[in-house]
Amino acid sequence: MPDRIHLAVALDGAGWHPAAWRETTARPTELTSPAYWRALARTADGAGLLLATIEDALSLGGRSFEPDAETRRDRARGRLDAVLLASFLAPVTRRLGLVPTATTAHPEPFHLATGLQTLDHASRGRAGVRLVAGSTPQERANFGRRADGPTGLPASGRVEDDPALLAAFREAGEVAEVIRRLADSWEDDAIVRDLALGKFLDRERVHNVDFEGEFFSITGASIVPRSPQGQPLITALAHQSVPYRFAAEHADLVFVTPTDAGAVEGILDELASGEREEPLRVFADLLVLVEETRTGAAAVWNRLQDRAPLTTDARVVVGTADDVVEEIRALAAQGVDGVRLRPARLPADLDAIADRVVPRAAAAGILLPDDGAPTLRERVGLPRLASRYARQEVGA
Amino acid sequence: MTRRQIHLAAHFPGVNNTTVWTDPSAGSQIDFSSFEYFARTAERGFFDYLFLAEGLRLREHRGQLHDLDVAGRPNTLAILTALAAVTEHIGLVGTLNTTFNEPYELARQLGTLDLLSNGRAGWNAVTSADAFHGANFRRGGYLDHADRYVRASEFAALSKALWSSWRDDAIVADAETGAFLRDDAIARVRHESRLFDVDAVFDVPRSPQGRPVIVQAGDSPDGRDFATDHADVIFSLHTEFADAQQFYRDVKGRLAARGRDEDSLKILPAATFVLGDTAEEARERSREIALAQVRPQTAITYLEQIWNRDLSGYDPEGPLPDVEPDTGVETAQGFAGRHAAIRARVGQLREQAAAENLSIRELVIRLTAKHTFVGTPEHVASEIDRYVQERATDGFTVVGHVTPHGLDAFTDRVVPLLQERGSYRRSYDEGATLHDLLGLPPVDASPAADAALAPIPAASR
Repeated sequence: MPDRIHLAVALDGAGWHPAAWRETTARPTELTSPAYWRALARTADGAGLLLATIEDALSLGGRSFEPDAETRRDRARGRLDAVLLASFLAPVTRRLGLVPTATTAHPEPFHLATGLQTLDHASRGRAGVRLVAGSTPQERANFGRRADGPTGLPASGRVEDDPALLAAFREAGEVAEVIRRLADSWEDDAIVRDLALGKFLDRERVHNVDFEGEFFSITGASIVPRSPQGQPLITALAHQSVPYRFAAEHADLVFVTPTDAGAVEGILDELASGEREEPLRVFADLLVLVEETRTGAAAVWNRLQDRAPLTTDARVVVGTADDVVEEIRALAAQGVDGVRLRPARLPADLDAIADRVVPRAAAAGILLPDDGAPTLRERVGLPRLASRYARQEVGA
Repeated sequence: MTRRQIHLAAHFPGVNNTTVWTDPSAGSQIDFSSFEYFARTAERGFFDYLFLAEGLRLREHRGQLHDLDVAGRPNTLAILTALAAVTEHIGLVGTLNTTFNEPYELARQLGTLDLLSNGRAGWNAVTSADAFHGANFRRGGYLDHADRYVRASEFAALSKALWSSWRDDAIVADAETGAFLRDDAIARVRHESRLFDVDAVFDVPRSPQGRPVIVQAGDSPDGRDFATDHADVIFSLHTEFADAQQFYRDVKGRLAARGRDEDSLKILPAATFVLGDTAEEARERSREIALAQVRPQTAITYLEQIWNRDLSGYDPEGPLPDVEPDTGVETAQGFAGRHAAIRARVGQLREQAAAENLSIRELVIRLTAKHTFVGTPEHVASEIDRYVQERATDGFTVVGHVTPHGLDAFTDRVVPLLQERGSYRRSYDEGATLHDLLGLPPVDASPAADAALAPIPAASR
């Protein structure tokens, strides 16, 4: 019996290739329209994908690999706040996990946490988040609140060689911590509506989080009652040691970028260090361009590359649906829990994933079927945790 | 002559004693289905917008969570954006604080709501800045009281600059030449002051209505100045007819000096209502609802917030406490340093109670549960119409007292009568923005002065 895994999709603008918006299948004038995103989310939901991540950044150029990203006019530009976009998509999807990207250096952690809890209410238990550490100089100029921060990877390429980046990961860890604490601050049964006592709330079952961190503090409980999932699914993308450690300490699910299936084992080993109560789910990223034939796919790829060469952290698969399924099978055999597909073009490659990759992967027996679990956490095999505050009382 | 048109906003029931959770028909205050039901009802009633207040921290009473009233609500922006997906026409307006947000992020969030709703977003800008709420945010209660409106005003100006920094036609998406943006697509926005140091390139395209509608609710002179400078709508508390008319004249009178037309600022005070088949039945229902809104414990708690001391030994049906208020320590609700104000307030309440011979509970009913419009649907409709035709208001922000069905009766019974009078819309215009629904002048076309973007690199042509 082959290894069975989940399939996820990463949504971003006109797709992950910088020239994708110039394809005839693209809808470049609709990238911030409700109809465009509704259609993408419904396709992903209808295909039975586990979750969709939504990219975001707090500047025009985003977290691009291109040094002049802020000022160039030949890239698709214009973005929607991903947490809000996910909220918009919640009522129009049924099973799809909604995992917006959130940066951790600028937003108020309290607003982010309550936004995710609200997303969980609106989606009835399908909320997640992908946390991103740090800030860029342009983001800092946009906000004007803090001058300090990383300026990019240090020359060594290692996060641990830059104190500002290390601090950014510590701050991201604090944000993850308060997202969980605030999600736990109302116990499941805090709302009592006790007519005899005249009390709406049992104040003993709502807890101030009293978080004192290196970067910020939060005193009160959440304004949002506990949501269907309890805690949202916290995810991160990681490529090296410090982010791996961040994921192992703070995330429920990590997206990784093995150069090929053979690289998976080493990554899993690094992620496995440290103790956790619950397993860390590991998804491998693939950037995919799918056509009916390999020749067709190569022709599209060459056209895109001529117009704007792609720089990417993920393994690239240009070919047929069967080629993508083979790649997924190889990753599954190495022990990942899932594969996140980054469509080179939207909506074209998402349509191909829905119409051809998913059915063939299912037929090949490498997809976990939807077991009907009520929440996203449970669908990836993670338990719905009781509020930490409720557990404390039981243990006392 | 055409009748002046009534504008109505629908206030989702709040976390205070106006909302009666003990009513057998009361539903969840947090399930998405309640918000969806309420929004669809308001849309069925052709309201201009749905209005939602913001939570920054759970209410406390004497150092403990307040447990008598409805508590717990969603994040304002997230729930409004979810509602954009299940509504088509109605405006979506939320309270968002200028102290515990940063302009770039709030502007992009409101811009997101505005785009995803096809131009139906609005922002009620408020300015609380106290340490109690600040304790949930990065900078704490950092802002001097006097700077609240300075920051709010600069925040609004900066937000407007960001919203107008993209040309309407910024995106050309020319696949042949490789130009996605035109060369003067986006203006850089700079704002340097004592409170802000922003050098921004905005990342959200312009919405169909140019920018979200701005609502203002403060009543201080600073608040009125903010409104005449920046707001499109005032959410006031002036509901008594003569008072409303005076407020209306005062505010509208200030507009000309700012170069604004009278119709460019709408005044929509909060209004509660109780309907009955007869006037007598409505009065009885109003009394029942008031008693549910002010239960004996509610009355004592209300006075304890003013007195700042334990009053549990007093009979809610008896006279006001004979003890003096405790003004010696800072309370959580921001009374610090306002000893004289507290004493004055207590004196005023004692006078009112003595003059009308009121018990504690009856006094609190007068203060918090006096319903604006009580009567038959015909009476309520004619009153609302009178306020608008006689320029006391431009309409009302209707507050129901039960979640989520609190708007049903108004929609079913009052709205048709307003329509018959020719004072209220019978349908939404297709594609109307919130600016359009409110009859506001269009937002100026985007200027896009100094271009922030570089020429297209030759390699990608």
